[in-house]
Amino acid sequence: MRKTLIGAALAAVLAVSGCGDSASPAASASAGAASGNLTVLAAASLTESFNRIGKDFEAANPGVKVTFSYGGSSGLAQQIIAGAPADVFAAASPATMKTVTEAGDAAGEPRTFVRNQLVIAVAKGNPKGIRTLADLTRPGLKVALCAEQVPCGSAAAKALAAAPVEITPVTLEQDVKSALSKVKLGEVDAALVYRTDAKAAAGDVEGIEFPESAGAVNDYPIVALKNAPDPAAAAAFVTFVRSGPALDVLVDAGFQKP
Amino acid sequence: MTLDARLVVNRPGFVLDIELTAAPGEVVALLGPNGAGKTTALRSLAGLTALDDGHVTLDGRRLDHEPPEHRRIGVVFQDYLLFPHLTALDNVAFGPRCRRVPRREARDKAREWLARVGLSEHVRKKPRQLSGGQAQRVALARALATDPKLLLLDEPLAALDARTRLDTRAALRGHLASFPGATVLVTHDPLDALMLADRLVIVEDGRIVQIGDAATITAQPRTDYVARLVGLNLYRGRAEGTTVRLPDGFSLVTAVPQEGPAFVAFPPAAVSLFASRPAGSPRNTWPATVTTVARHGDALRIELSGPIPVAADVTPAAAVQLELEPGRAIWATVKATETTAYPA
Amino acid sequence: MFLTLPLFGLLWRAPWSTLPQRLTEPGILAALRLSLLTATLATAVSLVLGVPLAWLLARTEFPGRRLVRALVTVPLVLPPVVGGVALLLVFGRRGLLGSWLDTTFGVSLPFTTAGVVVAEAFVAMPFLVISVEGALRGADARYEEAAATLGAGRWTAFRRVTLPLIAPGVAAGGMLCWARALGEFGATITFAGNFPGRTQTMPLAVYLALEQDVDAAIVLSLVLLVVSIAILAALRDRWVAA
Repeated sequence: MRKTLIGAALAAVLAVSGCGDSASPAASASAGAASGNLTVLAAASLTESFNRIGKDFEAANPGVKVTFSYGGSSGLAQQIIAGAPADVFAAASPATMKTVTEAGDAAGEPRTFVRNQLVIAVAKGNPKGIRTLADLTRPGLKVALCAEQVPCGSAAAKALAAAPVEITPVTLEQDVKSALSKVKLGEVDAALVYRTDAKAAAGDVEGIEFPESAGAVNDYPIVALKNAPDPAAAAAFVTFVRSGPALDVLVDAGFQKP
Repeated sequence: MTLDARLVVNRPGFVLDIELTAAPGEVVALLGPNGAGKTTALRSLAGLTALDDGHVTLDGRRLDHEPPEHRRIGVVFQDYLLFPHLTALDNVAFGPRCRRVPRREARDKAREWLARVGLSEHVRKKPRQLSGGQAQRVALARALATDPKLLLLDEPLAALDARTRLDTRAALRGHLASFPGATVLVTHDPLDALMLADRLVIVEDGRIVQIGDAATITAQPRTDYVARLVGLNLYRGRAEGTTVRLPDGFSLVTAVPQEGPAFVAFPPAAVSLFASRPAGSPRNTWPATVTTVARHGDALRIELSGPIPVAADVTPAAAVQLELEPGRAIWATVKATETTAYPA
Repeated sequence: MFLTLPLFGLLWRAPWSTLPQRLTEPGILAALRLSLLTATLATAVSLVLGVPLAWLLARTEFPGRRLVRALVTVPLVLPPVVGGVALLLVFGRRGLLGSWLDTTFGVSLPFTTAGVVVAEAFVAMPFLVISVEGALRGADARYEEAAATLGAGRWTAFRRVTLPLIAPGVAAGGMLCWARALGEFGATITFAGNFPGRTQTMPLAVYLALEQDVDAAIVLSLVLLVVSIAILAALRDRWVAA
């Protein structure tokens, strides 16, 4: 069992690094083991990168079909605990991951594969001239934060406490994407969002880095799940995500290496 | 308070086109079969149905472009349409309240009207607690409490049972007599029309076919419908002296000579029936066949076919003796002196 | 059975032992108060706008009436979140009307309690309009005619005759509307955002509680259910049965 897993993982890495295409005997042999459908539950902030990584993984493992389900990490964790059939879980915070491991649904230890930092998202061109976290305290400025119950909200609270800066938001959004869309629609002047989200919306918003965000770095853990219908493929995918080429894709999207 | 109107309403397959006048204090009955357009005429007077042509003039004022609430025309609807959520008192006070009469005054007025129609003890009742006759009187009081210039009654007694109808009709007659404005009454019941109205306007198929007072209409009907209503056999033909030739060749002999188009009418009781051809006197004698036998008051009404369709009333004893039953061949006679002839 | 099973699920999982202390958390009370207030205001707004609209739909002929009726049901079909975005596009700071409201009166609806009311009314009003229109169609229009012959203008006839006649329909529609407004989530969180005490209604609080603490979410849901069932039952006896 363990052998096949390693084989599959190896094959995957080899395939992506270009050493072997589908003709390579190792790849085709392991692809046989890791065939079928792979279901990956991933935090919404991973959407763009994981879509690309998924394609690469499928290319490296012919016969494997990866299906993603993106959503708020906590919601996904609840689904896993409730018995949703899934192979891999990639969360946006260790705390959320902990609920899954504590429920005994993880196969092995979760590994941090990327980190994410907060930036100040403002409208394109930065019309209000926001430079620092302290600028957000300006009167009349509308700021959106995430609710503290969700990872981007707790990260924001940490960063603000570390500064220390006290701001009064007009809203505590339920996830980072809705905070960002409030900036896009012009309903707020600024929001604290992940760097990756600001980058994905580069056409509409600008991300302004601020030093205090270093105090609230968000780790993204990934783990294969115990009830995975296809454990071999699950493990192969986890390894693949932590490989160089996949990391490049993630860094491209604004994530930082762990 | 004189009404002068020409009512034209076009409907698919039906055109109403009648002229109507009514003097102050006069009661005009629109009488006609169902579907003749009577209710449409009433609704167009009230402004609830738009006119396609014509006019409605009341006291010299054109009303046909006024909405119903500005016409000052009171209406008693066929099923009364008392507001179910209001008491009898508030139903009657509704009109005055709409005319900005203060609440107290409106209620006093309503109480007065309910007293006039004999319902003082029922002012607090809701419509569903009232009997049919009481509801009718509340509806009348409600319409009259607005001091209308014209009162419209749509089949005011149709929803009542026979017994209540008799009492209510008499009471209604009294109220209409004391109402100073003009009244237009719609009914398909000739008895209502004859008892309540000063003048009858017979409407058939959207047109007026006859206008006259009760005596004229009952004595000299001009259509089969009217003749049947008033219980007469009616024929139309061409008079040459005392003979009236009907279109199918049969002729009737009358007492009074005439010339030209004429009606001949006689009541069913004037028809005598015989088992065999009677000898001698009656000038109008013809063979006929019994088609139906039906009870009609104390008598039996016999419908006969033959050269002319005719209804005859006979006593039950005579019917037994003559063995009258459908299909029985019989001889019918009418004395010339029992017929009425008048120009068509 | 199918409709009530999830309710039993909630009751079964409820953290009964910690219930009393959870109920006294200040956040719950604020969210509940805000929910009841906004749902009631949204129902009032819906009554003021929806009843005349229902009357127009039921009693008058005008060009495009069918289209208007179809449009009234749009919020029923539209995912509420999309409804919230649509509201932002109209009433938002950069929205069609919102920018005008902002520059002319300095009024901005998003992120305010008034915004919650707008979002809830938007989603819940169709329930009222449809139910009142049905009641109007069922009511005999000839009562309005009778009122007109007695000198009542359209408004008087509507107020004094039609409205009392359709009162049960209006009450039922109002309750549906209120219940829908009380449970409104998507349009509210999108248009009005989420801020405790100002725009965080019970459903929003429930959703966010789910992110961290399922038990808290269950408690919040139970509170919402108990309060709404109690109010609806009380009103129903009073208005619909009468």
